[in-house]
Amino acid sequence: MVERSLIRRSAPHLILIIAIFVIVFPIWLIFVASSRSLPEILNAPMPSIPGSHLLENYGMALVEGSKNLGSPALTMLKNSLIMALGISVGKIVVSLLASFAIVFFDFKLRKFCFWSIFITLMLPVEVRIMPTYKVVADLGMLNTYWGLILPMIVSATAVFLFRQFFMSLPREIAEASQIDGASPGQFFRRILVPMTRTPIAAMFVIQFIYGWNQYLWPLLITTKQEYYTLLIGITRMLAVGESQVEWHIVMATTLLAMMPPVVVVVAMQKQFVTGMTDTEK
Amino acid sequence: MAKQYEFPNRGLPYLLVLPQMLIVAVFFFWPAAQALWQSLYVQDAFGITLIFVGMENYIKLFKDPNYTSSLIRTFVFSGLVAFTAMAISLFLAVQANRKISFSTFYKTMLIWPYAVATLIAGVLWLFMFNPTVGVVAYFLKHSFGVDWNHIQNSAQAFLLVTLASSWKQISYNFVFFLAGLQNVPATLVEAAAIDGAGPSRRFWGIIFPLLSPTTFYLLVMNLVFAFFETFPIIHQMTQGGPNQATSILVYKVYQDGYINLNLGASAAQSVVLMIIVIGLTVFQFRFLERKITY
Repeated sequence: MVERSLIRRSAPHLILIIAIFVIVFPIWLIFVASSRSLPEILNAPMPSIPGSHLLENYGMALVEGSKNLGSPALTMLKNSLIMALGISVGKIVVSLLASFAIVFFDFKLRKFCFWSIFITLMLPVEVRIMPTYKVVADLGMLNTYWGLILPMIVSATAVFLFRQFFMSLPREIAEASQIDGASPGQFFRRILVPMTRTPIAAMFVIQFIYGWNQYLWPLLITTKQEYYTLLIGITRMLAVGESQVEWHIVMATTLLAMMPPVVVVVAMQKQFVTGMTDTEK
Repeated sequence: MAKQYEFPNRGLPYLLVLPQMLIVAVFFFWPAAQALWQSLYVQDAFGITLIFVGMENYIKLFKDPNYTSSLIRTFVFSGLVAFTAMAISLFLAVQANRKISFSTFYKTMLIWPYAVATLIAGVLWLFMFNPTVGVVAYFLKHSFGVDWNHIQNSAQAFLLVTLASSWKQISYNFVFFLAGLQNVPATLVEAAAIDGAGPSRRFWGIIFPLLSPTTFYLLVMNLVFAFFETFPIIHQMTQGGPNQATSILVYKVYQDGYINLNLGASAAQSVVLMIIVIGLTVFQFRFLERKITY
């Protein structure tokens, strides 16, 4: 607008570059550490440029894992992926069905169903973690993928987004398909779901990240190594007590754990931003 | 909003909501009810029988200096995290919202850390500040003579978890502030500029008030984040220590319930947490209803 001088024009650039540096610096350090040998890291200060052990460290993390853990990153990568996909896909499917029923049908318990779902928005998992743990234990779902996934599908954010979207569609669409003799199921599969592509994509990004980054819940219910997710593995690798943390392996695993959600966000930035700002309001 | 067309079918809708309702019933209502019920009982020493004690668990809780100090600590921590994270993000969003070159690049670089898990934020900061291998700890010691050891120093531990939590929340706030700023009508700001209002006057007099719905929404979300979702950071970096200095309420629920197996106390703590969240939510709805737009 009015600002003209060179200093004023370059100030925002300078500020943003400093901010990006502060945000990216820790991540750069992890990358450097994941490419160096353990003695190089332990001999503080660690050099700030990558070393020559990159492939070796990642290979070791993926196939063998840390000594005290006994679970390779490949297994944990698989578990994290199953959990993230289970939560995101499961939540989308269940929510699409529920919002379809709530918007396109008139039934006695409609209000009741809506409010029961609505109230779940109020209590994050962390708050009811102990009682939920007990329920899952009673159901025999500790150390299972079901136990990892199902309690995380509860919250109603997706139902809200889809409900809002369905209500904004012109009423003629459903009416016309009914007149043309399409069953509700056909309408849902062939017309409604294809029209909902964008909100579904937005929801997928958000829920995938949410699922991948879950920590407290898997920490409680996975006590067997074959069900550890990456984040749990990292914690266990760091909790070595008296013995030396194998930083090079931990850092390689950390970077592996960070990449998938980052790739999803960068690749789908637009859907992600609209999805976030739409669901929350 | 107009009513949507409704299919004439009686049985089908029940079938459709069934999966969602089952999950909500089993993993939401049942546990919530159990927490309420359990908070009124204590287990005997052998864990065999339950004795009804009414409100005793709650009374004990609020008489316990460990709990009340954790409560206060949680509020201080949440306030600090919310303020730091929001102030920095707003400042950055204002810079990125200018018509400058590379702004798309800047935005992407500030948005993607959203995908970094809270735990990983903890690991990053732990690695930087680790007393033996941390680069920043080394730098502090050799350039400023500060002996960094958050494992023993309570104030340093508290500062560290606050910084790591704020760092984690910057991207989230940035996305919302940026969206909010883009909705501020440029004509208003230009009119003020023509009338002779300087940059800071334009910001505090026009832009900031127009952003208030976003700011308010973010305040609630940041408080909720600091209250509940910082668990991985605390668990990873300090385990509530040293000397309970970083033991916030959620961490205490975990410690008393899962580690010390004191189920009655833990259930009462869960209920207190529920009340806090419900309070925050009601507060938010009330406030939003009044529509804080000018």
